[in-house]
Amino acid sequence: MEFIAVFLPLLGALIAGLFGKVIGDKGSQFITCFLMVCAAAASLFLFKDVAMASNPRVLEIFTWISSGDLNVSWALRFDQIAVVMVFVVNIVSAVVHIYSVGYMSHDPAKAKFMAYLSLFTFAMLMLVTADNLVQLFFGWEGVGVASYLLIGFWNHKESANSAAIKAFVMNRIGDFGLALGIMVIFFAFGTLNFDEIFIRVEELKDLHLEFLGFDVHMITLACALLFVGAMGKSAQLGLHTWLPDAMEGPTPVSALIHAATMVTAGVFLVVRMSPLFEYAPSVLMFICILGALTALIAATIAVTQNDIKRVIAYSTMSQLGYMFFALGVSAYSAAMFHLFTHAFFKALLFLGAGSVIHAMSDEQDMRKMGGIYKLIPATYIMMWIGSLALAGVPFFAGYFSKDMVLEVAYADHTWFGMFAYWVGIFVAFLTAFYSFRLIFMAFHGKPRCDEKVMDHVHESPKIMLRPLYVLVIGAVTAGYSFKELFVGSDRGDFFGKSIFVLAENDTVAAAHHVPTWVAVLPAAVGIVGIILAWVFYIKCPKLPEKIANAFKWIYKFFLNKWYFDELYNRLVVKPLFCFGSLFWKIGDVKIIDGLGPNGVAKLSKKTADLTSKLQSGYVYHYAFVMLIGIVCFVSFYLFKFNG
Amino acid sequence: MIEFPILSLITFLPIIGVIFIATIDSKSEYAASNAKYVALFVSLVTFLVSLYMYFNFNPNTAEFQFVEEKQWLPGLGISYKMGVDGISVLFVMLATFLTPICILASWDSIKKRVKEYMMAFLILETMMVGMFCSMDMLLFYVFFEAILIPMYLIIGIWGGDNRVYAAFKFFLYTLLGSVLLLIAMLYLYMEMGTTDIQTLMTSEIPLDIQKWLWLAMFASFAVKVPMWPVHTWLPDAHVQAPTAGSVILAGVLLKMGGYGFLRFSIPILPEATAYFADFVFVLSVIAVVYTSMVALVQTDMKKLIAYSSIAHMGFVTLGIFTLNTQGVEGAIFQMLSHGIVSAALFLCVGVVYDRLHTREIDRYGGLVKNMPKYAVAFMIFTMASVGLPVTSGFVGEFLILIGLFQVSTIFTFIAATGVVLGAAYMLLLYKRVVFGEQKNEDVKTMKDLNKREIAIFAPLILLVFWMGVYPSTFLKPIAPSVENLIANYNYSIQPTEMSEEDLIDDELEAEIKEEDTKEID
Repeated sequence: MEFIAVFLPLLGALIAGLFGKVIGDKGSQFITCFLMVCAAAASLFLFKDVAMASNPRVLEIFTWISSGDLNVSWALRFDQIAVVMVFVVNIVSAVVHIYSVGYMSHDPAKAKFMAYLSLFTFAMLMLVTADNLVQLFFGWEGVGVASYLLIGFWNHKESANSAAIKAFVMNRIGDFGLALGIMVIFFAFGTLNFDEIFIRVEELKDLHLEFLGFDVHMITLACALLFVGAMGKSAQLGLHTWLPDAMEGPTPVSALIHAATMVTAGVFLVVRMSPLFEYAPSVLMFICILGALTALIAATIAVTQNDIKRVIAYSTMSQLGYMFFALGVSAYSAAMFHLFTHAFFKALLFLGAGSVIHAMSDEQDMRKMGGIYKLIPATYIMMWIGSLALAGVPFFAGYFSKDMVLEVAYADHTWFGMFAYWVGIFVAFLTAFYSFRLIFMAFHGKPRCDEKVMDHVHESPKIMLRPLYVLVIGAVTAGYSFKELFVGSDRGDFFGKSIFVLAENDTVAAAHHVPTWVAVLPAAVGIVGIILAWVFYIKCPKLPEKIANAFKWIYKFFLNKWYFDELYNRLVVKPLFCFGSLFWKIGDVKIIDGLGPNGVAKLSKKTADLTSKLQSGYVYHYAFVMLIGIVCFVSFYLFKFNG
Repeated sequence: MIEFPILSLITFLPIIGVIFIATIDSKSEYAASNAKYVALFVSLVTFLVSLYMYFNFNPNTAEFQFVEEKQWLPGLGISYKMGVDGISVLFVMLATFLTPICILASWDSIKKRVKEYMMAFLILETMMVGMFCSMDMLLFYVFFEAILIPMYLIIGIWGGDNRVYAAFKFFLYTLLGSVLLLIAMLYLYMEMGTTDIQTLMTSEIPLDIQKWLWLAMFASFAVKVPMWPVHTWLPDAHVQAPTAGSVILAGVLLKMGGYGFLRFSIPILPEATAYFADFVFVLSVIAVVYTSMVALVQTDMKKLIAYSSIAHMGFVTLGIFTLNTQGVEGAIFQMLSHGIVSAALFLCVGVVYDRLHTREIDRYGGLVKNMPKYAVAFMIFTMASVGLPVTSGFVGEFLILIGLFQVSTIFTFIAATGVVLGAAYMLLLYKRVVFGEQKNEDVKTMKDLNKREIAIFAPLILLVFWMGVYPSTFLKPIAPSVENLIANYNYSIQPTEMSEEDLIDDELEAEIKEEDTKEID
């Protein structure tokens, strides 16, 4: 069963990738979808068996790398958090696979696309079921590559290629941290297997070691480095600029990779390593603050964006910020809960947006949409459901998880927890505002596109709409039905040993005793945000422009994404290329070659020229030299013996 | 155990091919194709024989195997002695594996003096294999230097427009190092009275002298690796060399330096090695960062890959001088992996060069449209070069960094940035060549890989994944020899405060061991 859940996607990728030409587009689509649905069914079963019935297990496949005392294996670790991830990944992936059959129906490279999607799913599954940090690293890099391939899928577009490379390189910077973190752990623990690491945490919790000349607390260092990896993958502030650009990829990709699964890998990593992070309070504090800032900054940018997919992308980044500040206050299960519900409603929103884009003949600019809600009612309703869930309106999935995240921040009773709570409340307001700004701009008002496009607006085919029902069910019910398991009184049994929280850090328990206003406020500001969006974009549509003009400076600052890209270009990219040329043209050509081989060659030529002058061929030259020679000899002897 | 002298057979089998090719009448119209088929056949047979040797190789011991010894210069204590251990056996395999691939790769692209070209390659194979099998210092030196000659000819005769300059640069650089190596070897011979490598390993040389000897050897090996700042011959040599020349240069010849460190510098001069380790680290991390950045701005495909080679070899020297299990095993693995991957990348360049006759990156673009198979192969090797897990590139780099971290965090930190830069320049290269709009008419008409090219790439792709998914196959035979190397090294550099009794015990043990090995032989 475990093998079915993990290796069927690989099988699908291989079949579609290698024999795509032989079995044709239809064949590849059918096979990958079928295998994916089987895998999803298997993960449903596993979810019941492992998580509900508390039956975690590890299956070892074979030794991977063995060198000295370093031993790592290929293994499938099915414990509770892994199975939750497998469940989410496989369900969303199956939905996206089927959806893609419709969405990519005009694309010439269907088999390739399906192969990439399946490959991504496999890498993601390897990541979450890893039993050691190296296999996790494989999955980590594997999803990076799949993401690179899929972002750059329309590889004739320059912007898509650049975005793909940016995503990969940015992630590599994160991976650089992750790899160093892995090395610290191996250095200190002498192993990279999770269980063996976790057993020794207690005895090594006070270990210090030398790093870059500083004496640092080992666990803090390891966690900080691991978190750099998580920042890259989960687009946290600083390493986030690749995520919005990644929207160059086809929309199903954005839904699967850049909303539901890959970007949550960072959250998963921290949860997985919770036994370590619990002993690194300063890192947790940093995660909490950074998460809150990410949530805030992403939300401010989302408010000003006009590209429908970019709005959702920034919203994803913002929601990831929520998950991280929950992690920062040791509420791992709350973060997992938000990850779980978010996967459903965010994938729904993305696929809904894809359906809109499909209807609008590939138009993504919301300023050129409007007035289409009657023409595509099913998509419209689904976007409403997704947005309500995202805005945290009561009884939709997002309401329960977002409330929980905010409550745990409040219940932490530290200054940074409080900071995160109030930032989170403000962001909840912004979230509701931009979500409904999107709905009102895209669907309501007067049509702003040209007539040709308007005539062509049509509801998506059934193959694109039907899979969305699965997500709709998730977006509506996932919060209510899993609340008790993830963050309620059953959470101890549900997560078992896969999450470790020190007793004094148990904010999830404390969250059940917060004052009522703390719990009600997020939903209330959400509803205010929706109303405000209605006022701005339906009631008086001139208002946004006025405000933007009044606060021009701030508006521009937000619209240009806080100028992160420009900053990085100036500070990192350009100098790098500059130094590259410098090293090459000056270092290699002028200095090393100039003084080395070319210099020596020149020198020897010069000496040769000089000596060749001695052999002029004229007798009187030779006679003159001989004469000088004799004079020298004679004078030398005279001085030596007579002097 | 194989009774007949299999290593000599592998070494000199190509020479038999050379004799055959030499007898072909060059005026006959079939001369070229006959020469090609003979060369291919002989190199394949050599590969099969080496495979047979490998299957009989015992991976559980650090001892030299298939040892053969003949008196060569009996009065001088110099003998013809061949043998392989875990460190060298896979390099032998690498050389015999890449030679047929090189010959296949030159099938259509070499048009002039085909006969001589094939002979040069077969001689080169003999020299490479002989060098990795030598257990005698003088024998090693002969092969080590003789390799220069066919390589020099391959660049100088079949190379590009500026081939003479490149060939001379290559020759001058390597010769300078070689002279110093010769001096070091002469000194060792004068002092120890033998050129037998195993005997030399047990010699005890005072530290002052060790340092000089070490530097002399270093000069030679560092040029071969090549290490910064003696690397500038490599980009020129690669750019001017024909495709197969680049393949063998990157695939095998660059490994001679690393192999030299492992075979001579470390076991014979352990204290000096310890003394100079930091020096090597500094040069290596400079190489990694500096050449990665230079690679970023290249406009010539081959130059870019050449610079990336230097960066990757920087990892190798880092790994070797960590002198712990992960580092050294990683370094050897990285050399093997780089032998496959960089060879494959040069082949990828060769494929498009054969079609368009330019290495200018900007002349290409959008190849994925008309060359999908090529795009896949190139992507796989790009990812392997970037060090993606499940490709061969990852295992070596990862082990090296793990090993290095135990020695120094700061060098690890700097070296690891090379991994980020590596991703940047390789993906930029790939994007500019394979993706994007098709700007040029002639690019649109380029044909996808033909059967011969697929036959070249298929085994390389297989190996890349094999080494990445199940590296144990390759790490296992390496392990005992590396263990032995490190144990001996640690034994020599520890402060000599042992009691007399311990020493005597050790000597006794060593004697018993020696007797044992004799019995086994």
